[in-house]
Amino acid sequence: MKQWIAFWSIVRKDMQAYYLKPPNISWGLIFPVAWTGMFFIKSGSGLESILTLLPGVIAISILFGTTSMLAVTVTFEKNNRSFERLLLAPISLELLMLAKTGGAILFGVVNAFVPIIFALFLTDLSQVVWITVLPAIVLIAISSTFLGLLIAVSVNEVFEAQTFSNFFRFPMIFLCGLFFPITSIPTLLRPLSYLFPLTYGVDILHGAIHGKNIMSLPLNFAIIAGFCIILFYVSIRNIHRKWIL
Amino acid sequence: MPTHENNPLIEVSELTKRFDDVIAVDGIGFTVGKGELFGFLGPNGAGKTTTINILTGLARPDSGAIRISGLDISRNPKAAQHLIGIVPDESNLYPELTGFDNLCFCASLYGVQKSEGIVRAKELLEQFDLKEAAHRKFAGYSKGMKRKLTIAAGIIHHPEILFLDEPTTGIDVASARQIRHLIAELQRAGTTVFLTTHYIEEAERLCERIAFLVKGQIVRVDSVANLLQPIQERKAMLISFLNGGSDLCDKLAVTFPDYEFQTISFEQVRVESADIINIGPLIRFIEEQGTQVTEARRLKPSLEEVFVRITGIELNSVGREKEKAKGS
Repeated sequence: MKQWIAFWSIVRKDMQAYYLKPPNISWGLIFPVAWTGMFFIKSGSGLESILTLLPGVIAISILFGTTSMLAVTVTFEKNNRSFERLLLAPISLELLMLAKTGGAILFGVVNAFVPIIFALFLTDLSQVVWITVLPAIVLIAISSTFLGLLIAVSVNEVFEAQTFSNFFRFPMIFLCGLFFPITSIPTLLRPLSYLFPLTYGVDILHGAIHGKNIMSLPLNFAIIAGFCIILFYVSIRNIHRKWIL
Repeated sequence: MPTHENNPLIEVSELTKRFDDVIAVDGIGFTVGKGELFGFLGPNGAGKTTTINILTGLARPDSGAIRISGLDISRNPKAAQHLIGIVPDESNLYPELTGFDNLCFCASLYGVQKSEGIVRAKELLEQFDLKEAAHRKFAGYSKGMKRKLTIAAGIIHHPEILFLDEPTTGIDVASARQIRHLIAELQRAGTTVFLTTHYIEEAERLCERIAFLVKGQIVRVDSVANLLQPIQERKAMLISFLNGGSDLCDKLAVTFPDYEFQTISFEQVRVESADIINIGPLIRFIEEQGTQVTEARRLKPSLEEVFVRITGIELNSVGREKEKAKGS
């Protein structure tokens, strides 16, 4: 019970201190809109292309929302030593890191609904399988957040966190099948696509939103869940190794 | 003087910690009794913060045993962490939260219910004279206010043991005095306090027992009274004069063989003796050498002297260097 008081308090504090600040809210709104607009104009097609663009825009909104904030906030707290306060609290490291990532996951899920709300006004979403979309959004948010966590515990400075995040994020836009299928990626680069959890999450979204997934949905769910577990435990191991000397 | 050694709350034995080739803590062992105010004194880089980090579970020892209230902290740090409060050497609360929110958040980290945390935070803000600044962001606090709030955060959950790492470093005299007063009050209320400092007067004023730590090793652990005893039996004076020659100390030693002389500077000599020092002949002799004596005063025995005798290190000069480094 006492550990859960600490857990919710950390989630609440992070939401209050970092995620609900006006710059982040505006980032969460403007970024998906800008990407949607960009790909909509680029495709040159009508409103019917929204369904094919929506999975990519949802995924990119989650990816940038989660990784940007988490990599920076954890590194910032590590540098000003307030993270030590959390490490010294009588709460298990696993629960502590779930609390630290909880805010980012929630922020990612909320970000995902920005393009969905826009799409609701522009097109018919009646054929969307929401029961598949919702867990996919949650899993993409979790895996992206844990990727941000891994980055945060691998660097020492905030600027390194940002640089390192971009090193992963921008290739992911083109390699994970967000706006064009991974089958159209050059054969030499295609194996890289399968190394990113986002590929599997986006494939689920494509299947659930316009019925064009490449891999089977259960396999996609299993692989992205596996990525979440691996990324989390590698991060925990790195914290033990690097921060508890 | 109460003895706490029969009821130890912290037990450390053969504790060692290396960082690559550097031995930060080298096989140290000591106990701290329940309700004791224990001082851990040493120059910068002696291993004080590393020891605190190990004792609180923020670092892992390479070898040795640590028990906090009977719990093995090196094996299961989380089990003992609810018993301890920590005030690190730098104020590390959340700059974007207010003083009040910081305290409530710290209380919740230890599982304190929200309503109880609010009451306790208000109580501490009052006690630490921070009530006026309760709803200002921590980032806007002065250094002294930050230290006080960090101490308040360290005791918000009523810990049995409070670790204080250099609590008065880099703050103004008035705040430092207030913090010392608060530390003494905490001990009177039954909290066991583990204090590291490089301010020897602070340790002398507050602590019951002190460990001298030099290069990762404890060179002496004893009560302040026992540490001071050998030098209390000796008499010491400091004579100040104008334009003393470089050989004045040698001349004094030849003329007054019963006394020990030490040149402090070209204008100061320290005189020490097991018997009463007869100051008249000394002043006359110095003035006969063509210099003018400006002051002669008796030196009170201090822990600094004990430290210098045991370790050969001028602790205050190290302290000043640390201050400069922090200020730059």
